[in-house]
Amino acid sequence: MSQAATLSIASPPRAARRSNLGDMIFAGACYAAGALVLLLLGGIIVELFLGGLPAFRAFGLPFLWSTEWDPVTEVFGAGVSIYGTIVTAVLAILFAVPVAFGVAFFLTELAPPWMRRPVGTAVELLAAVPSIIYGMWGFFLIAPLMAQHVQPALIDSLGELPGIGVLFQGPPFGTGILTAALILAIMILPFIAATMRDVFEQVPPVFKESAYGLGCTTWEVMKGVVLPYTRISVAGGIMLGLGRALGETMAVTFVIGNANRISTTLFGPGNTIASVVALEFGESETDSLKLSALLALGFILFVLSFIVLAASRYLLRSRLKA
Amino acid sequence: MNRRSLLIVSGLTGAAPLLGRAAFAQGGAQGAQITGAGATFPNPVYQKWAEAGKAATGITVNYQSVGSGAGINQIKNRTVDFGASDAPLTVAQLTEGNLLQFPSVMGSLVPIVNIPGIENEQLKLTGELLADIYLGKITKWNDPRIAELNNGLTLPNLAIAPAYRADGSGTTFVWVSYLSAVSPEWKEKVGVGTSVRFPTGTGARGNEGVAGTVKNIRGAIGYVENAYAITNKLVTTQLRNKAGHFVKPTQEAFIAAAANADWTAPGMAASLIDQHGAASWPIVSPTFILLPKNPTDAERSRNVMKFFDWAFRNGDKLAQELEYIPLPRAVQDTIRAAWRAEVRANGQPVWNG
Repeated sequence: MSQAATLSIASPPRAARRSNLGDMIFAGACYAAGALVLLLLGGIIVELFLGGLPAFRAFGLPFLWSTEWDPVTEVFGAGVSIYGTIVTAVLAILFAVPVAFGVAFFLTELAPPWMRRPVGTAVELLAAVPSIIYGMWGFFLIAPLMAQHVQPALIDSLGELPGIGVLFQGPPFGTGILTAALILAIMILPFIAATMRDVFEQVPPVFKESAYGLGCTTWEVMKGVVLPYTRISVAGGIMLGLGRALGETMAVTFVIGNANRISTTLFGPGNTIASVVALEFGESETDSLKLSALLALGFILFVLSFIVLAASRYLLRSRLKA
Repeated sequence: MNRRSLLIVSGLTGAAPLLGRAAFAQGGAQGAQITGAGATFPNPVYQKWAEAGKAATGITVNYQSVGSGAGINQIKNRTVDFGASDAPLTVAQLTEGNLLQFPSVMGSLVPIVNIPGIENEQLKLTGELLADIYLGKITKWNDPRIAELNNGLTLPNLAIAPAYRADGSGTTFVWVSYLSAVSPEWKEKVGVGTSVRFPTGTGARGNEGVAGTVKNIRGAIGYVENAYAITNKLVTTQLRNKAGHFVKPTQEAFIAAAANADWTAPGMAASLIDQHGAASWPIVSPTFILLPKNPTDAERSRNVMKFFDWAFRNGDKLAQELEYIPLPRAVQDTIRAAWRAEVRANGQPVWNG
């Protein structure tokens, strides 16, 4: 066994010199694989843009904020979908970040060592649940729960307040922006939690121990040492979750209520770019303005996600290097 | 254990398509194959016909219910042997695609409601009321206009929550066709299409989504295909037809509507919406098949016709079991005549049955 190991360590240089051709083929294949990804990415962007061009031409820049979406008269605007996409994603972040922080804090500082791995794995497994499952679960379980208990309670309490009350009014449908944001929050929780846990673990123990030595409590160490040290990476992890929330399709489609209206209340139905494309695609004919508008929406979503993910990579760059 | 079971699973899933394909090829060796794509609404009956007809005709039908729009695209590009659409194509569209359109079977839509204390087929509604509900003009179930029709029922002071199909669908097309037929305001403000801009309410995906929404929300109203309402025991309503009678959604009422329709419309696009007749259910609609008039493969085109010929002769009972409505005999004969006259390959008629 050990002999074989030494042999294999010793042999590569010689083999390399002998099979130059094999090396070249291998290198070529690797280059090709790398180039393929770039080509695919570029191809998709160009294709989406060209496909959406008729819609951009027909409606001009106001396509981005027009709230009309009328397939009968062929007037399309992306306003409602963009609004819905951003509002659900941002709300999801608001719900998910505190919980993810709690999970990461618990796993790195509070949990007994034997618990850290199972709980950590369980959180990561949440990410492996197919989104259609979240959709069905949300529609058949969460939506009725929201309609019968959560929303009536919110309407009666927060709905009465001046100012923010307007966010919590209207009939309790169960589905809507708020429910969609909740489901999204659960879906992006594992990504944010896993990133936070990883970066918290990278804080050099000597920093934390010094702080403890000065008599800091666990919370003070978290607030004064760990968080400042990992601030940027944490923001990057949040952006990662945001990027995922923006493009999520199936689960959102089930629970968002799918109406092309911007409602002031969080209980109102809305839609997102991804849900509109998923729902309307089967019934749009080739070369129709509707198909073009859907492709244009796809392009906008692509650009949005690209910006968010690029920002996340930029913020996480120090961690990625390490 | 983990890695090994993963390997086994991935091995199985890898092999499954191969197995499937082998079985498929075998079927093809014994008989002919045809492919179709389109409407989701008639999918159950097409599948049933395909299964039952395979033994008699030797034709394997591979139908994909991808949606009417996608089906139209596919038949225009000739990637399938026949397309299927819930909404009829216009004569101009048919000429452009060089397509023959004929109806295959009919279906009906029913309103479904969730009002505490209201049982199946109890509530009486009219088309005008439905249009005003979906326009957001009637917002409470105890509205005097609803109460006036329903003496003897206690209607609660409950908000009406209209639910609609959020995905583009033939079901929505038929529903809004009806609302447009009975309400000028709907026709002007919203119009007709496979997806429209609903002024109020909440959208859900598919029949199951609409049914689920109506079940979840007290005070909700929605619309689904009758077959779906029956198999899921949903609470339907009565509707007032053009003759002024309130009818319940029954097979007899659907057949009465079909009998009164005018089938000579161009493209055989008979409208069964809001038909005359004392017993007619007002929301009945045919679904259509699209066939190239200039098939590149005459054999496959003939097999499509053979299959539907078989279905017309032997499939009525199967269709009725699934709560669809078979076409009247005379219409089926008109369709055969159209096949003979209009579908030609190299100048020769493809159908000579």
